[in-house]
Amino acid sequence: MLSVTALTMRFGGLKAVDDVSFEARAGDITAVIGPNGAGKTTVFNCITGFYRPSEGGIALTHASGAHFPLDRMPGYRIASRGKVARTFQNIRLFAGMTVLENLLVAQHNPLMRASGFTLAAVLGLGTFRAAERHGMEKARQWLDRIGLLDRANDLAGALPYGAQRRLEIARAMCIDPVLLCLDEPAAGLNPRETEALNELLKSIQGDGCSLLLIEHDMGVVMRISDHIVVLDHGKKIADGTPAEVRADPAVIAAYLGEGDEDEEAA
Amino acid sequence: MKHALRDAGLSALIALGLFTPLIGLVTESGDHGLELRARPIAVVVVVSLVFLGRLLMLTRAARIAVPTLAGPSPAMLRAGRAVAPMLLVFAVLLPFGGSRYYVDLATLVLTYIMLGWGLNVVVGLAGLLDLGYVAFYAVGAYSYALIAEHFSLGFWTCLPLAGILAAFWGVLLGFPVLRLRGDYLAIVTLAFGEIIRIVLINWVSLTHGPNGITGIPRPTLFGLAFSMDGGEGTFAGFFNIEPETIQRVIFLYYVILGLALLTNWFTLRLRRTPLGRAWEALREDETACRSLGINVTNTKLTAFAIGAMFGGFAGAFFATRQAFISPESFTFIESATVLAIVVLGGLGSQLGVALAAIIMVGGLELLRSFLSFLADQMGSELFAGIANELPLYRMLVFGVALVVVMVLRPRGMVSTRTPTATLAPLGGSA
Repeated sequence: MLSVTALTMRFGGLKAVDDVSFEARAGDITAVIGPNGAGKTTVFNCITGFYRPSEGGIALTHASGAHFPLDRMPGYRIASRGKVARTFQNIRLFAGMTVLENLLVAQHNPLMRASGFTLAAVLGLGTFRAAERHGMEKARQWLDRIGLLDRANDLAGALPYGAQRRLEIARAMCIDPVLLCLDEPAAGLNPRETEALNELLKSIQGDGCSLLLIEHDMGVVMRISDHIVVLDHGKKIADGTPAEVRADPAVIAAYLGEGDEDEEAA
Repeated sequence: MKHALRDAGLSALIALGLFTPLIGLVTESGDHGLELRARPIAVVVVVSLVFLGRLLMLTRAARIAVPTLAGPSPAMLRAGRAVAPMLLVFAVLLPFGGSRYYVDLATLVLTYIMLGWGLNVVVGLAGLLDLGYVAFYAVGAYSYALIAEHFSLGFWTCLPLAGILAAFWGVLLGFPVLRLRGDYLAIVTLAFGEIIRIVLINWVSLTHGPNGITGIPRPTLFGLAFSMDGGEGTFAGFFNIEPETIQRVIFLYYVILGLALLTNWFTLRLRRTPLGRAWEALREDETACRSLGINVTNTKLTAFAIGAMFGGFAGAFFATRQAFISPESFTFIESATVLAIVVLGGLGSQLGVALAAIIMVGGLELLRSFLSFLADQMGSELFAGIANELPLYRMLVFGVALVVVMVLRPRGMVSTRTPTATLAPLGGSA
């Protein structure tokens, strides 16, 4: 469903991503891994429209057959039309707003349409109120799913770290994505929270949403991924199932840091 | 204690340096032009006030630091909820009890409240720092004045036009500054405010330049004019009463009260719409907004447009009240005052803005009149002197008030935020 072809991203003279191609299949959990500075987040930012790729293409195909050239769409449309949602490495919640409001903001586009571009909402017309009730119900379901129903009216910034991570995922899911991109969702979580996260991600996959994730926690990656792409120094060095990747000598070399010198000496 | 004394001494020294030229020296017109006169006693009084104040602050520092962290107590919240209705009742009843002086003052305060509420949409909700808000006030005022002059349309026809034109200029300003944030945005808006003023001064053929526009028509009550002849078709003539100026003054007061309440109602309503929530989300995190598919450009533009529209309404009112406008009324100091009101009151808080406007605009004026009243009663030179000079220190008082509020309540006088939606507790609804 997502196909990245010959993606290259340059920052001045630096090639952060160099000729990377991979596919993420519908319904799969695809993981992008690699050492620090490998270009994982840059790939993500290209896919979600925060960077415009220097070269190469990114194409998304919905189950309906609709086709989106993500590399040429304005950033917000990738989310609103392409239905690609994302979370951030450093959590970006609306900290000064309540948990519930965070989830309502995520439903901005359908609610905005229902509000007749604000006019119906200001006048308090019934159609808008029904749409808002629907939005609240959806938010309630997600809060229930991530176990934050009792904190719906608290400020998002006041939640514990693990809960903020889960809320950010729920917020992304509220745009009804077909592809959810997660940037290090397990970073800073304790083992119990990581376990809950795994289950949440699996259940999102069960709903029919495809996932693309960047992760350092190999426990998470190996257990839940269907497909792994390994980057190192901006280049793809391996691509396959968890078992294949684990056995790949290039991956082991990149992660354990034995590499060029040894090979040259040999 | 020794440390505190030293610190207070240091503060007094700084105050001495600051206030010697500010307060210690006055220029007076004497026999040979301006003469410089020294006022050592005034400086001594102010400096010792600073010394004592600092000492008091240091010895009680622990008590001052605590309340900023703790949230408001339930009792305080209850009292806070009562403030707004009380203010409203007071505002509605004011013309029945007050003299013309108070009604005039309240009209001025309400104009600033309305401007504050309008700017609150841009700065408080959408988080876009706008230092040139007065530009829209000017656009509104000149729109009304010029349309009335050239097409002889009445106030009520021109009011929406003034709002629309101001909103249009808001969008026009919005376009080039969309990519800017924070300080950069502030500088460009500041420049925009100045550009509008300078165009008004120099486009003499249209705006009459620095001479301003005179004879701007007054508003009518359903076609009834407030003129002094008391004839047919005037307010006094229709109700068969003596025509008096106070009738028009009170009518203008109710017009601005209505406009301000409309602004408030509309803003409160907007906050609870998806658009309003998107504004607040934009203030919190623009990047996250984009990742959720919110069109950041349009959202910012609507904030600019709606904020500007209210500024335009207030401007049209200002023009009709004064019956005379000139570019001098739309200087940067007005933008700064309105922004100070919004920041002091608490970004995003409607009640806070109202309170801040009352204190900053009304409070100072009341203090002045109270002091001159005292001076008259007691024949005191000192009070009369302070009362006469108080307007000169207006900005100093503003500055001190800002510093004090920012130290004690960094998020403004009213910093509580009402959520735009709440989820009923479990079991409350099916």
